[in-house]
Amino acid sequence: MIDWILDPYQFEFMRRALLVLLVVSVVGGVVGTFVVHKGLAFSGDALAHSTLAGVAIAFVNGANVSLGALIAAVATALGIGWTQRRGRVSYDTAIGILFVAMFSLGILVISRRTSYTPDLFSFVFGNILGVSQSDLLGALLLGAATLAFVAAFRRELSMVAYDPSMAATVGVPVRFFQYALLVLIAVAVVVALKAIGIVLVNAMLIVPAATASLVARRIEQIMVLAVALGATSSVVGLHLSFHANVATSPAIVLVACAAFAVTLAATARRRVAPTAAIPHAAADGRDA
Amino acid sequence: MTSAPPSPSAAESAPTVLGDHELAREPLPPGHEHGELALEVRDLWAGYPGQPPAIEAVDLRVPLGEIVGLVGPNGAGKSTLFKSILGLVEPIRGQVLAFGKPVREARALIAYMPQLEDVDWNFPVSVTDVVLMGCYQRLRPFGGWSRANREAAAEAIERVGLSRFASRQVGELSGGQRRRVLMARSIARGSRLLLLDEPFAGLDAAVQHDLLEILDALVQDGRSVLLATHDLSCVASCSDDVVCLNRRVIASGSPAAVLTEDVLSRTFDRHLLQVASFAPQFASPHPPAQVAAYDEHIAGE
Repeated sequence: MIDWILDPYQFEFMRRALLVLLVVSVVGGVVGTFVVHKGLAFSGDALAHSTLAGVAIAFVNGANVSLGALIAAVATALGIGWTQRRGRVSYDTAIGILFVAMFSLGILVISRRTSYTPDLFSFVFGNILGVSQSDLLGALLLGAATLAFVAAFRRELSMVAYDPSMAATVGVPVRFFQYALLVLIAVAVVVALKAIGIVLVNAMLIVPAATASLVARRIEQIMVLAVALGATSSVVGLHLSFHANVATSPAIVLVACAAFAVTLAATARRRVAPTAAIPHAAADGRDA
Repeated sequence: MTSAPPSPSAAESAPTVLGDHELAREPLPPGHEHGELALEVRDLWAGYPGQPPAIEAVDLRVPLGEIVGLVGPNGAGKSTLFKSILGLVEPIRGQVLAFGKPVREARALIAYMPQLEDVDWNFPVSVTDVVLMGCYQRLRPFGGWSRANREAAAEAIERVGLSRFASRQVGELSGGQRRRVLMARSIARGSRLLLLDEPFAGLDAAVQHDLLEILDALVQDGRSVLLATHDLSCVASCSDDVVCLNRRVIASGSPAAVLTEDVLSRTFDRHLLQVASFAPQFASPHPPAQVAAYDEHIAGE
């Protein structure tokens, strides 16, 4: 058992994989809590797919691919925020259009290259073993910036999420924080991109936070629990993939989804209880 | 009680001679020196881009320590009026003064209680978390809530009778309790003017009564309230003044003067059929205090 746990880490790429997955779990859990509770799962997916355009353009031009992904994701986040404010089409339709436009641009650029491009596919499906030292450093920096922002403005982010009109009346720059949240999601996507891949990266945002929300009721608790769940799923998935010789990111995501399913089943009865347990009758007697 | 000083008779109490500089009254709290108004709206026009104005030429006053009811049908512009008072909707023209100052400078003195639907009740915050939001003053990175904030929040929660639910997630509360949470948030803010948007919607009479008692106590403390509702019986019983709004001010004045069949049928267009049946005391032939000019075409819309 000990060997099963320790064996993989005699390889440097596995140690690096573990580290980057821990960073992904922390950022994913914290940002994912907002994604789950503000119904931004589709935005997360759109941001993930939009990065293909940046990845492809940077790759073709020999530029830094992660930087390309970051630029594409942030630009898309700002675009989503803009349509959210002055949309003449519905919000999810606008996101859907941005999503396919950016993704198509990515495929178009790739299609011009006739040679096989394995590096690009590692971005689409994730390649945990291809995470370089500089990828790890980039993830650490972006992750630290994300956490610092959330820690600095946790009151404002909560107020804007809970009641934006009241937040505006007491002087919170609501528009700024609505955009900021989308940019945070974009950054979280880029942090996880190389390890998890465009197709599955959204899972690291929504699955652990959704599971945590089944058992915890306060935003801080949900964040901590989501980070713990993300990290556990990552480690278990990483070992499964190492020993069973299967792809890492789907292994991690399946473990996280299994944890969600088990938690959902285990809390099925409890979900009813909190409401029923509130003594409405004693408190008001009338307005239950 | 021999040690007690003799009560001054008229002869003994020599008139205090004050120097000129002392003649001025004690410094009054903000607002008092501006005609005793908590809120003054002058000729306010507001609306949304690409649409006709939702409110036109609205004049409205909330005197200090009074409850003013704002009555009108859905779509009359009550929420738009609130949002333009608060600066959430940019007015097309007109002026809003709170305690004699532009609203931007009087933010700390104003609390806004939105409609229940405007708030995300599923967001994972507790009653205490929400009430603390009322204490927010300004953007401060890494800022937290001070001990004074926490005490103010606990006191406000106590005041609305939700202490037992302080750590409960807000989504687990009933409609009446949610309103009380929002009211506690307004109290914790220490505001002198409360803007309440439909505070009684969807509540039964007994819960309305509880909320009114809380509101009454707040007014006793010197707070002023502007309260939007389409519940006429409630406004008739709790307001000092009533403003009837249907894009324009149809009438304003005391409830008895304003809540007449004539004014109400013009305010609610054809929605109101039987005034006398719900408030017979106000169906008297009193003329409305100030019936504003009324455009026939608005009634027709």
